[in-house]
Amino acid sequence: MTEKSEDMPQVATVDSAPSVGASLPASAPPLQQPFYRIAPPEGFLDLNLREVWDYKGLLYFLVWRDIKIRYKQTAIGAAWAIIQPFMTMVVFSLFFGKLARMPSEGLPYPIFYYTALLPWTYFSGALQNATNTIVENQRVVTKVYFPRVILPLSAVLSGLLDLGISFLMFIVLMLYYRIHFAWTILLLPSFLLLAVATALGVGLWLSALNAIYRDVRYVMPFLLQLWMFASPVAYPSSLVPERWRWLFGLNPMTGVIEGFRWALTGHGKPPGGLLLASMGIAAVIFCAGLVYFQKMETTIADVV
Amino acid sequence: MSSTVIRAEGLGKQYRVGEREGYLALRDILMRALRSPLKVFRPAQSELMWALRDVSLQVEHGEVIGIIGRNGSGKTTLLKILSRITRPTTGSAEVYGSVRTLLEVGTGFHPELTGRENMYLSGAILGMSRREIERKFDTIVAFSGVERFIDTPLKHYSTGMQMRLAFAVAAHLEPDILLVDEVLAVGDLEFQKKCLGKMEEVSGSGRTILFVSHQMNQIRRLCKRVLWLEGGEIYKSGPTAAVLGEYESALTTPNGNAVRRARQVNAKARFVRWRIVEPASKQENVVAVSGSITVQFSLEVYTSVQRGHHGIALFDNDGQLLWGRAAENLDLPIGVTELAYSFPMMPLRPGVYTWRVTLYDENGLVDRWDGVPEMIIATENYQHSRDEWCGILNVPSRLDVRQSDSHRVNRP
Repeated sequence: MTEKSEDMPQVATVDSAPSVGASLPASAPPLQQPFYRIAPPEGFLDLNLREVWDYKGLLYFLVWRDIKIRYKQTAIGAAWAIIQPFMTMVVFSLFFGKLARMPSEGLPYPIFYYTALLPWTYFSGALQNATNTIVENQRVVTKVYFPRVILPLSAVLSGLLDLGISFLMFIVLMLYYRIHFAWTILLLPSFLLLAVATALGVGLWLSALNAIYRDVRYVMPFLLQLWMFASPVAYPSSLVPERWRWLFGLNPMTGVIEGFRWALTGHGKPPGGLLLASMGIAAVIFCAGLVYFQKMETTIADVV
Repeated sequence: MSSTVIRAEGLGKQYRVGEREGYLALRDILMRALRSPLKVFRPAQSELMWALRDVSLQVEHGEVIGIIGRNGSGKTTLLKILSRITRPTTGSAEVYGSVRTLLEVGTGFHPELTGRENMYLSGAILGMSRREIERKFDTIVAFSGVERFIDTPLKHYSTGMQMRLAFAVAAHLEPDILLVDEVLAVGDLEFQKKCLGKMEEVSGSGRTILFVSHQMNQIRRLCKRVLWLEGGEIYKSGPTAAVLGEYESALTTPNGNAVRRARQVNAKARFVRWRIVEPASKQENVVAVSGSITVQFSLEVYTSVQRGHHGIALFDNDGQLLWGRAAENLDLPIGVTELAYSFPMMPLRPGVYTWRVTLYDENGLVDRWDGVPEMIIATENYQHSRDEWCGILNVPSRLDVRQSDSHRVNRP
């Protein structure tokens, strides 16, 4: 083992490295199981979700820190969570609504747009935070061990508070327009979960990529803008021709936004097939993101 | 009964040269692809460097092991691998017990948060549970000595106060195995003593500690066994007294320096030693009394250097540049050149400092060395007793209070 090491490739698949789950060396068997084994990264997926659970305390503090810092030095603090979607709603209502006369499924324009902006504002914020999280925490990443997936996870979770705050504004709007919440609101959590999973899935990809190629940061605003227009934020998905609808559904945010609109107001059709497609795609992105992130995780501390 | 808590075999870590220095931009990849299209997928061997190579070790429960070696000898890399921050390229290890790593003091501190909030955050990052921090809160605050400022945002703390708070949190970790890198070199000497005392207490309570330090007195005090790394490999390992003795003589005899840094085999010249020659004392890296000092750097020249350019700089422990100077057009013959710098005084506050010396010739860098051991200033402190007013200089001064004739000022 000693002589060979010079010719080893960088990613070693060395016979001296016991694969995870290999039995302990016979000589001097220790009394208990090792806390952990260290070995070169290998090609297979070794997700350790139980470990992530063990670090839930850290997850809590990272979310708490994100929230604390976000509001600490802003003059009006949490009000930003309302102002951002609210102003966008006003602009959209004016230009897409009053001027372009976009169909709105019988909803007042402010309600129509705000229902979409709730998940979209959350999603774009969460995705941006998740993308930057490894780079922003590089001091910590290179000095302490913890499952790295905690970082994008905390970035995605901490955005939920803003979503909650901007939801309060939505209740005010509903009262103002005298629209009743329908029973469909009970399904809202599932759409929210879809939004979180999508943000996390894409965030896993981008945060790892961003750690290696800082270019990602410059692509983000552009990507998010394109993505918004590819999602039914400013228009209803009924505007998309029927035969292209399936393609449209490949964007998981389509399902999320249509779902939010439907669940919050009860207007429009339940997003059936569209939702299934969105869920399928979100699941694929999420799982692929986890695998990719896990693969990168082993070297992130070296390259970030 | 003793039992093994760490068993490592053949650990090696290979870095792409430059990889640790910074991230890649896509641009770099494209440039590389343009220059040599075929090499993109096949990184050249010369670009790879072993930071750690074939390190095997076995650590028994309750052992306190010191890890010594020059800068770049792989000490930190070893700790990073054992704590899972980075994966080895080769080899494997098994660890039995919970591990906490202190590679830096104040990891995860955020300037906008208060001392209290940072305590919780830093504790959580270092692996303490919320309940554990709550339970130890008062002890930690008392240890840090910053009670009065505990609800002040950290950005208003002096560096010293931040360090105290950070170390106080770290000192109250209770893992089975503690991996410590050089962190005792922070703060003033008094606080360092306190920290060292805490470390002794921790090691006395049956915990296993791996401890990297450049300060031999600390190693001597804490460790029974020492691991000497050189060029990423274990050069010597054994009882503290024996290994340290050999290490110190290797550092202080220019020619007894049999060990070479692995990647410098073909060097034209290299710095091999520095010491304080005036005033002479047994500890050649310690400034014990203020006054004039002469610091001497030994440079071994293997191939004569024409029109060399030599630079020197002094850094404090935060990496802040304190002083620098350069000399040009040096012609250096083969042999040993001594470069002696004399200062009327070294007016720095007590602490740990690093000399960095460089030598360039017409073709570029010949050698750069961060002097080992660090220079320790242990002079009397003339400064303000309050830490935040202490500053970086330590200059004796006199205050005269007297009435001047010009006191007849016109009142407005």
